[in-house]
Amino acid sequence: MYPGTFDYHRPQTLKEAVELLESSRGNARILAGGMSLIPMLKSRIVSIPALVDIGKIDELKKVETGKDHLIIGSMVTDHDIEESRTVGEMFPLITEVSRWIGDPQVRNRGTMGGSLCHADPSGDWGACFLALRGKALVTGPKGTRKIDSDSFFSGPFSTSMNESEILTGIEFNQIDGMNGHAYEKIERKAGDFATVGVAVQISIDEKGKCTYAGIGLTSVSSSPIRAAEAEKEILGKPVTMKSIESSARIASEHCDPSDDPLRGSAEFKRYLVGICTKRALIRAVKEAGGVI
Amino acid sequence: MSIENKTIRISLNVNGKHVEENVEPRLLLTHFLRENLSLTGTHIGCDTSNCGACTVLLDGKSVKSCTMFAVQADGSSIVTVEGMESDGKMSRIQEAFREKHGLQCGFCTPGMIMEAAFLLKEKPNPSEDEIRWGISGNLCRCTGYSNIVASVKYASQTLRGDSE
Repeated sequence: MYPGTFDYHRPQTLKEAVELLESSRGNARILAGGMSLIPMLKSRIVSIPALVDIGKIDELKKVETGKDHLIIGSMVTDHDIEESRTVGEMFPLITEVSRWIGDPQVRNRGTMGGSLCHADPSGDWGACFLALRGKALVTGPKGTRKIDSDSFFSGPFSTSMNESEILTGIEFNQIDGMNGHAYEKIERKAGDFATVGVAVQISIDEKGKCTYAGIGLTSVSSSPIRAAEAEKEILGKPVTMKSIESSARIASEHCDPSDDPLRGSAEFKRYLVGICTKRALIRAVKEAGGVI
Repeated sequence: MSIENKTIRISLNVNGKHVEENVEPRLLLTHFLRENLSLTGTHIGCDTSNCGACTVLLDGKSVKSCTMFAVQADGSSIVTVEGMESDGKMSRIQEAFREKHGLQCGFCTPGMIMEAAFLLKEKPNPSEDEIRWGISGNLCRCTGYSNIVASVKYASQTLRGDSE
């Protein structure tokens, strides 16, 4: 299969890339790892007049750490995230999620930045980004800004970034207290998109009270979503099996999956959200040292 | 660099040889290898990024060459299955696939061999689970995978024997 023709730009710097996007007036799309975009171009689901390949911009390929935060460059590959000891020590949820993405070849090319910008509701990174309350670091013609994970996804395959902006990195801030995490994903076969995925990050204090709860859901809405009501159910009090079960029930009620011929009915997915949320919460609470 | 609907000059290393060609930006790496360079050992199985038959090494990392443009490989080093032998002698991985009968029709084999090369470089002594996880991006419709897994295991042993 051959994609249609397109103009090809390969800037060496971020500044050059932003200028190209600005001058294209919406005709150009960024090519990152290409693991979603190239199959779409090949099957001609989309046709794009110009591609700006940011694969040679080295400043986007760094993992940086501060005292209490981590920044993953938008062009760091899923494989390099998976293998990064720094990432694993600071945010083991990110490492766990990385292993569930596609297959080894996809992880060798795919990037967290590209996946978030593609904003596929079935992309695993979205749930992780939401559960950890990440921030998207964005550069455009008017300078840089940070977008909170809660306002990043604006609908199916769309984000609140404008067409001349580039995602340069994703920032994650350390969460106080004793932490636990889990990503529970159900897939039809190895490497498939999630039928359902639930990413959980929680923190508890020395008295067992939950001081942080992040629950992100994959494949059950028109974009990756946060199960905010389910988080509230466990936040601010000691976690019990009863509150976990109730939180899982709320997550399954508040999501909005659709019927699909490959991966099952909306009802089935809702059921799985309940199961996965419960499993993920139990695992996360135990890791954080909680007794349930 | 900006090119509008024209060809672009790329230079890369393929199986140890320097290659320079003018290509259209939309040319896929797999077509570049097979058609421009006549390296037809790299197979196109599904053409939809699912099967892994087109797997090659790009700067040491396994990639699906049907899901990359040739222009993205500009400046890189590529190894295809043709680059696995040296002086007419098969690599340990190729030998292992013969020894353990890790193929039937052979269509997926070039991709399996290249993915095995990546896996064994990252994990020289993989468990069976790690091998199965490692080749999860490569489909085989004949063998049922058992002999492929055995081949990769055997290759890991002979390769480690070499380095001791």
